[in-house]
Amino acid sequence: MQRRTRVAYMFLAPALILMMVFVVVPVAASFVMSLTDFNIRALANWGNAKFIGLGNYVRLFGDELFWKALRNTLYFVGVGVPLAVTLSLALAALLNSPLNRAKDLFRIGYYLPSITETVAIAVVWRWVLNSRYGILKQALEMIGLQCPNWLGDPAWAMPAIIMMAVWKGLGHNALIFLAGLQSIPSTVYEAAQIDGADGWEQFRFITLPLLAPTTFFVGTMTLIGYLQLFAEPYTLTDGGPLDATLSIVLYMYRHGFKFFNLGYASAMAYVLFGLIFAATLLTMRRKGEEVTFG
Amino acid sequence: MKRARNVPLTLVINLLLVAGLVCMAAPFAWMLSTSFKGTKDIFRYPPQWIPSQPTLGNYTKLFRTVNIARPFANTVITAVSITSLSLLVCSMAGYAFAKFDFPGKNVLFMGVLGTLMVPGQITMIPVFLLLKKLGLLNSYAGLVLPGIASAFGIFFMRQFIVTLPNELLEAARIDGAGEFFTFNRIVLPLCKPALATLGILNFTGSWNNFLWPLIISTDESMYTLPVAVASLAGQYATEYGLQMAGSVIVIMPIVLFFMLAQQWFMEGVAMTGMKG
Repeated sequence: MQRRTRVAYMFLAPALILMMVFVVVPVAASFVMSLTDFNIRALANWGNAKFIGLGNYVRLFGDELFWKALRNTLYFVGVGVPLAVTLSLALAALLNSPLNRAKDLFRIGYYLPSITETVAIAVVWRWVLNSRYGILKQALEMIGLQCPNWLGDPAWAMPAIIMMAVWKGLGHNALIFLAGLQSIPSTVYEAAQIDGADGWEQFRFITLPLLAPTTFFVGTMTLIGYLQLFAEPYTLTDGGPLDATLSIVLYMYRHGFKFFNLGYASAMAYVLFGLIFAATLLTMRRKGEEVTFG
Repeated sequence: MKRARNVPLTLVINLLLVAGLVCMAAPFAWMLSTSFKGTKDIFRYPPQWIPSQPTLGNYTKLFRTVNIARPFANTVITAVSITSLSLLVCSMAGYAFAKFDFPGKNVLFMGVLGTLMVPGQITMIPVFLLLKKLGLLNSYAGLVLPGIASAFGIFFMRQFIVTLPNELLEAARIDGAGEFFTFNRIVLPLCKPALATLGILNFTGSWNNFLWPLIISTDESMYTLPVAVASLAGQYATEYGLQMAGSVIVIMPIVLFFMLAQQWFMEGVAMTGMKG
């Protein structure tokens, strides 16, 4: 081996070894585990795990609670992602406006929730959402609305979680959009103004198409993050009421680390991986079609 | 665009922004306010923003009864260890990918990037088993080791180091500097801005990490702050003042850190956004 090559591998070694041990091998290992009935007895002695082929996946297929968790997660993603993307784009447009009179204050203020720890802020939200003493109740009553029993009503628990998640991620996504908006050359807008395009037309036919890569990026990252929904329902509702907020990862955590059905939990992890992988591929294909203006 | 003088529109935009800001800030203010309230003030409707009888009782209870100092120390130790080790390991790997040519480089680099797609839930179970086998449950090593090497960190450092002029490194080599000397005394100092940004991302990320500590720290003495607060919320479900004080202890250090190092945080956002 050449000396330079040896040196390069010396620099790489710590990172590669760690990634091997903590990422690459575990990815393969958890697939193998998903093909076994690894459970609490195998925890004491790995030899107790039996190979059961696709048994776990078949079991998942018939597991009503898993379907429920999948539906809940898709509900969270299906409503949450479009909402998060739209609101953060709208916020970025407002922040980017030359009429914005306190740029730094707004940027910092809106960004703040996204650096908070999810459990701690969810504990705060549980108190905000409290249907007897919470400030949200007061705010709703001020505008003449009735406060639902957010976390106690199966119909309102997921909307409450979506509300909190969108609130938390809004500023972060808006800042990414803001960077995208600022990278659009002003000459494009000037040309459109000469052609007589009004504000909405400029937004619709210039900003949106030119912002498409950023939108796909924000959308994909939010989607991947939202598919892994865990800490919010863990803290706010523990999956309830009536499993209305049970998410895939929460269900997987229960099987894996409450009951130590680690084989079954691994199969769930792989289904989640499949969903994330499919979502990523889908967006990458869409990205291939993106519009570019010379 | 000229400085616009559209007064009604200016008003609408700024009012919207202020209204949104109030929604962003209200939970924080509510958290702080409740954390200084006694039971009588907490269960009062309509809610009271300024406690009529402010008390530090929730905080003293947090330290005396629940002993929050322990998880606080655990979190600091874990976050500092992960951040410093990760910066070292990732910048070493980034340097190798940026400034060396060696067989297998492209394949390895693609492989590293490929792991970006792997969600943590996939690796969690085998890593848990491995660490259990090694007797590292409820240990700092168990909290720290899996968090050191990250594909994003390596990629990030590589992108930065690649822009450093080769002449500088060659000059050092001609002067007879050893490889580690060059890395330590020339590459790392030039990387300060990148290290600051990545360090902040790492520190915040590990301070806020929940799922992994929840799994690996089953013993109360090894709880990190998020795990301790989750357990607090379960154990003292109706003691909102105590819970809010707990949340303040978890959230405020990062908020203060953010206020001090804002510019680097924003840089981090711009950089993560760039990946797309």
